[in-house]
Amino acid sequence: MGFISRGFKGRREPAADSSRLPPGQYLVRDFPVLSAGPTPHTPLAEWSFTITGAVDADKTWSWEEFRKLPSETVTKDIHCVTKWTKLDTSWTGVAVSTLLEGIDTSADYVVAFSDGGYTTNLPLEDLVDGKAWVAYEFDGRPLEPEHGGPARLLVPHLYFWKSAKWVRGLSLRNEDEPGFWESNGYHLYGDPWREQRYWGD
Amino acid sequence: MLESELKVDGNAIGGLLREFFTVEMTAAESTCAGCGKVHVVGRVDVYMNAPGVVVRCPSCTNVLMRVVRGGGRVWLDLSGMRCIEFTDPEA
Repeated sequence: MGFISRGFKGRREPAADSSRLPPGQYLVRDFPVLSAGPTPHTPLAEWSFTITGAVDADKTWSWEEFRKLPSETVTKDIHCVTKWTKLDTSWTGVAVSTLLEGIDTSADYVVAFSDGGYTTNLPLEDLVDGKAWVAYEFDGRPLEPEHGGPARLLVPHLYFWKSAKWVRGLSLRNEDEPGFWESNGYHLYGDPWREQRYWGD
Repeated sequence: MLESELKVDGNAIGGLLREFFTVEMTAAESTCAGCGKVHVVGRVDVYMNAPGVVVRCPSCTNVLMRVVRGGGRVWLDLSGMRCIEFTDPEA
């Protein structure tokens, strides 16, 4: 592939603190935009977030209801499987634990689904206990559509393809079902510290 | 970044497809498994700023093809393409 844009590679920075850089990664200061399809522009009046799948009853929030949920602001390092790492990114959103409150499920896995048809799979335990958020602000400002706004999943301890842009809900599953990238070569779990990029890593 | 910068046309994957199919593929005609429309490969929508190459139908945005390369392997998903017609290299 000869075509690599500036946005894809980002600007390379020397590692300030190598203990925060997973194997095979380099640091960027900008925020590269990755996109596997057209950017959705769902009006907030039509937006909703749904917990579905292996639950007794679906739970859905409108944008207005979602924004009234308790929020948290967190600072996290993010690691993209295309090898860039960005340190100290600031996000505001609703903890997934908050969204799952009162939901009784036997499921061990989740498929996050997004506008545009993107999906990604995760173990449920990786979304709870302060490990994941549905974020709607980046750096104190509303999340831009190109970065997944109005809201994206944020699971910073896994490669960033797991942090689904334009997320609209979580489907709880009893089996681990590969998502968009996981069904075509990318690792089912995707731990950057174990460099789990591809099948078999 | 403008959205238009993220999308290129099928000519951008001419070299990549030539590696797999061993013939020039930009003039090949693909049938979308989603909407059934036929498009010349050189005119499909291609997204390369991603963990892999994603090729979409210009009519319905259905994924026609996904290509992931890494660790010495290639994963090629053609399930969104019902058929692809190209010049027989032996003809």
